[in-house]
Amino acid sequence: MDNRILSIENLSIEYSNIRGKVKAVRNVRLDLYKGESLAVIGESGSGKTTLGTAIIRLLPSSGYIKEGKIIYRGNEKEYNIAQFNESELRQFRWKEIAMVFQSALNSFNPVLKIWDQVLDTAKAHGLNNKSIVREKAMDLLRFVQLDPERVINSYPHELSGGMRQRVLIALSLILEPKILILDEPTTALDILTQRNIIELLRIIKKDMGLSMIFISHDLSLAAELADRVATMYAGAIVELGSVNDIFYHPRHPYTLGLIKAVPTVSSSFRELYSIPGSPPDLINLTPGCKFYPRCEYRTKGCEEAEPTLVEITPGHFVACLREGDIADGR
Amino acid sequence: MEDNAIISLDHVSKFFTVRSGILGGKKVAQVIGNLSLSIKKGEVLCLVGESGCGKTTTGKLIVGLVKPTSGRILFEGQDIWNMDRETFKTYRRSVQIIHQDPYSSLNPMHRVYNILSAPLFRHKIVRTKSEAEKKVSELLEKVDLTPPEDFIYKYPHQLSGGQRQRVVIARSLTLDPKFIVADEAVSMLDVSIRLSIIEILRRLKSEVNVTFLFITHDLAMAKYFGWEGRIAVMYLGRIVEIGPTPRIIDNPLHPYTKALLMAIPEADPEVTRNKKVMELRSLDIPNLLNLPPGCTFNPRCPFWIEGVCERKEPSLIEVEKDHYVSCHLFD
Repeated sequence: MDNRILSIENLSIEYSNIRGKVKAVRNVRLDLYKGESLAVIGESGSGKTTLGTAIIRLLPSSGYIKEGKIIYRGNEKEYNIAQFNESELRQFRWKEIAMVFQSALNSFNPVLKIWDQVLDTAKAHGLNNKSIVREKAMDLLRFVQLDPERVINSYPHELSGGMRQRVLIALSLILEPKILILDEPTTALDILTQRNIIELLRIIKKDMGLSMIFISHDLSLAAELADRVATMYAGAIVELGSVNDIFYHPRHPYTLGLIKAVPTVSSSFRELYSIPGSPPDLINLTPGCKFYPRCEYRTKGCEEAEPTLVEITPGHFVACLREGDIADGR
Repeated sequence: MEDNAIISLDHVSKFFTVRSGILGGKKVAQVIGNLSLSIKKGEVLCLVGESGCGKTTTGKLIVGLVKPTSGRILFEGQDIWNMDRETFKTYRRSVQIIHQDPYSSLNPMHRVYNILSAPLFRHKIVRTKSEAEKKVSELLEKVDLTPPEDFIYKYPHQLSGGQRQRVVIARSLTLDPKFIVADEAVSMLDVSIRLSIIEILRRLKSEVNVTFLFITHDLAMAKYFGWEGRIAVMYLGRIVEIGPTPRIIDNPLHPYTKALLMAIPEADPEVTRNKKVMELRSLDIPNLLNLPPGCTFNPRCPFWIEGVCERKEPSLIEVEKDHYVSCHLFD
């Protein structure tokens, strides 16, 4: 049996704007296994959020899937999400795959109480029995360690940032999705709240057996929760491997650079390095490796053809000509 | 008060009045409560704490953008709100701030040249356009925006976040400041860009001996930038612990500092997954309009001593050399 719940095949996504076509996601191949958590890391503009929103087909109107498939395996069938029409999508979203968007405040309607928003979500998906929905919502709110009576009758502004994030997570679980996508779930939260959300996600992962995709620029979130990590740069996956591969044996200069750029509090004092330059313009992409202008390992050949992902050890894929010359980061 | 202090806060409080509801009366939020602090010439003081703890207000008080409700702020021993015009002008030139958001702190209608030359003309450092261009180019070189010709006539929207923040830093350098408040100067930037900005600040510290108040919520960044300096931990408008950076990081004493250090997620799977996390009694931060009596951390503190902590406010006590803690466990 195929234990991949989601397979993204050669997916390319573009946005059109006045300057031209923004190649936000380029030829991405990625599998998500049942019950695993996969972190997609990268900087702003690397295409990670575009990839996440494309999976539930909520791209902004200027964005479109140029080519590729998003295969979802559920109910012993295969579906290509990229080909779904609106009514199929309505059946599919939230029920099979739910997403928790970045910035918890903006995800709520400010003039509706939490209960009304829960009910709207449930109704849109055909759950019309108020008392069942209420029961379920209360259970989930309790599960995310909130006082359900108080929260359900509150307006969004009456809740703190951490509480809103927990409500969003609870709300995303209401239709029992098989996959949960979380976009920067801890960004903009205070440290103690971040810790609390991380512990909560760990419990969800353990108790519910969901498959999860974390999208984050924050390496520490990946270090906390991911089984596997994908590094994105300029719309493409440049490295993919187990969390230990990525953090202890990174083989792409960009992943290595990211790890060396982040200070930690508990490890002994070490020197950090910054990556020079800035990410490329996604409209006028040059041929060859997109990281080439910033790379300290660059060599002849890097600027000619873009390297493809190669499996160097089981499950560890790198797109770099010089992966063999890159020593362990720590 | 120490003699070699460049900036001192002497029992400073800042209250904001808030109107609650349409018919509701006015309420007072105690944003800064009785804060005393002095920053020595050439040192780096990192001010860390969570959002709403008053760290930005402290920065604004120091640069004179916010007036204290009570207490005095001294620049080289003189009260900034009680200075003659000339001294106040010197103070204003000497103390600069770098704001958090490089997207909103530059005027989108002005080119880099205009942004950087305005203070130069205003303070009569340059008089002609060619002098100004020369000086602006020097400033751009100082923040690694090279070659300067590529940047001097650009608008902010033509620059990336990291480049904008460099322009903001260049602007803070126009008047050769002695003291810079860096308020979350790198938090809005991408991970790969942050370090290069930190390096520029470090260079200013070592080459021109600028004194820094480095405001951040990121203890790891405070550790990295301020290793030779001090860290002050703020909670609800009060400093709960202050001391040399290595002491605070390796041997924190206040329960709140400990909780923060234990909670920080780190970019190392083995370390971060095996962290022992402190269980707090409550996750909610008290409302500034209604602060708990006694120690403000007592409703959340797992080491809370009943009958003591909620009755009396602890004061900062020197527990070991230069390491001060405000907690009844150390009375």
